[in-house]
Amino acid sequence: MLRFITRRLLWAIPTLLILTFVVYCALRLSTDPLASYARSNPRLAKQPAKRAQYIELNGLWPGFSGYVRGYFHWLGGFLTGDWQPSIKGSRPVWPNLKEALINTLRLGAVASFFGITVGLALGVFAGLRPGKLRDSAVNTGALIGFSIQPFISAVLLQLLFSVQWAKWFGDPLLPTSGMYPAGHQGFNLVLMLKFMILPVIVVSIQTIASYSRYMRASLLDVMSSDYLRTARAKGISERQVLVKHALRNAMVPIVTIAALDMGFIVGGLIISEGIFQYPGMGLFFLTAEGNGDFPELMPWMVIITASVIFFNLLADLAYAWLDPRIRLD
Amino acid sequence: MTDLISPSPTDDSGAAPSDAAIGVLKQTISPRQMAFKRYTNHRAAVVSAVALTVIVIFVVLSPITARYGVNEAIFKAEAGRRNQNLPPSSQAWFGTDANGRDLYSRLIYGTRVSLVLGLFTGIISVAVGAFVGAIAGLKGGWIDDLLMRATDIMLALPLLVVLVIVRGALRNVSWVKVIMGESTSVRFLVVLLSLIGWMGVARLVRGQVKQLKEREFIEAARALGASTTRIMFRHLLPNSIGQLMVALSFAIIGAITAEATLSFFGYGPDAGSGMTSMGLLIKDSKSAVPAGYWWAVVYPGALLILVSLCINFIGDGMRDAVDPKMQVDA
Repeated sequence: MLRFITRRLLWAIPTLLILTFVVYCALRLSTDPLASYARSNPRLAKQPAKRAQYIELNGLWPGFSGYVRGYFHWLGGFLTGDWQPSIKGSRPVWPNLKEALINTLRLGAVASFFGITVGLALGVFAGLRPGKLRDSAVNTGALIGFSIQPFISAVLLQLLFSVQWAKWFGDPLLPTSGMYPAGHQGFNLVLMLKFMILPVIVVSIQTIASYSRYMRASLLDVMSSDYLRTARAKGISERQVLVKHALRNAMVPIVTIAALDMGFIVGGLIISEGIFQYPGMGLFFLTAEGNGDFPELMPWMVIITASVIFFNLLADLAYAWLDPRIRLD
Repeated sequence: MTDLISPSPTDDSGAAPSDAAIGVLKQTISPRQMAFKRYTNHRAAVVSAVALTVIVIFVVLSPITARYGVNEAIFKAEAGRRNQNLPPSSQAWFGTDANGRDLYSRLIYGTRVSLVLGLFTGIISVAVGAFVGAIAGLKGGWIDDLLMRATDIMLALPLLVVLVIVRGALRNVSWVKVIMGESTSVRFLVVLLSLIGWMGVARLVRGQVKQLKEREFIEAARALGASTTRIMFRHLLPNSIGQLMVALSFAIIGAITAEATLSFFGYGPDAGSGMTSMGLLIKDSKSAVPAGYWWAVVYPGALLILVSLCINFIGDGMRDAVDPKMQVDA
């Protein structure tokens, strides 16, 4: 096990290097940092000396060799903590990025806990009576859930709970944007949860839909297995059969899927964060992309890719740990 | 259009009497007829096929069904009689937008663009994906490894991030413009979505081919001296046609929703060129929310949900039809 982890972690290093290089090239081409710099600081960019200095500082040399040199320049700065400030407003990148990461993890944790729990419950509910009414109801419901894109459910919920509610009852029921009311300072759990309700619902619709289907399929798979027949044959109660044998084994593939999804959460809430103006990683990306802010986007991409790689490893480990038939070494 | 993605309802009703005759004449039915029968057993899929056909008819007959032009105001605004953001009325069934245009007519034009975009993207993605996936599955080795690793990464990153960055990169490469057109054109979007869309299909086809190539009939073909190309085009791909149809339906709806997502965040095609799309209409709904113009939010949203629901159900029905193992018989 230990050998496997070390080997995978060592493999992660070249993977990350190659990936960040690809991302570096794509981002530099995509955002065109020099043009963004000229857009945000028109006065400075007109002075040739300042412009040349900016190119040297950020490693924005032209041509393919310039990209390669620029990548190593960026990598050196990134690893030694010498990060370039954002193009727009010249702010240090890390404090904002850290804040965004924490906010996203908060929202993601609440949303995936809620979504996965409800989804699994529905999946079990459906999978226990395959082919019956409840099964087709959950299945149809899941397909309907898939068809409701987050940006549609988001605007519909905003309309209903905020605008129309205010029209009917005088006050909006739920806030539609941000994490706290404007000007709020410090931490307030109740307020935070109130602001989270709508984004969590929007994210959960898709999560519930997919997990109910996964769970149902996994449970059906287990239900027809030999060891379940054996368990019944030895005379234990149906309840014990379900809880101790069926559900436990059905959970094995689910856990790995969930671990993979966790890697996705960090960057995957973009749509709902964008609509609800929730100050997380998604909104950070949208804002930085809009400004063509290369120094902000690059660390963002590194965090996203690293988390995907990390949770991929975690999924493999979880699979091996839960299913002793799988040997890692 | 429906013929490509679903068996049309007339075919289904035609299959029913021959099916009833099975018991009497002791006829055998072909696998294709069996698949049709299984499809018609999926009630939601049949309803969806009918609903989608109706939508397509509405869109194809847009000169008749639409009441106003794309950029035509329902009437000229005068002092004391504005035409913007009017609630649904007999003059504009679904109300008007911020420029006084009829939402009902614009929904028809928008669906037309979105469906065409989805169909083109879907066909390109499936064609490229099937080709690459078949080669990778058949040959294995480094081609296979490269495909799996490359798609692993692309599919692991959030789709919106990949689309936005690739879109930006392509926009800044001068020679790409020759092939893809302006970054605000529909053609650009089709190519962009196809560039990402083929990967999922390739992985699916690769898995299918890997399973099929161990089967006896492929071995027999090989023993008879068939070339790899022949095996691929005459044996493997025809046997995956069902899966490809399912993949096509999901690629179409994936492209339509991706266009809507991109448009929603301002990366979509341009509205100024005298056309609209479902994504642009939904984007407009964002600004209608605070003002409480519910019709501008509800109708476009409901239409996109309806279209994706139909295509999802059709895909689901086809999957049950071509892969009976997935189905649980009641």
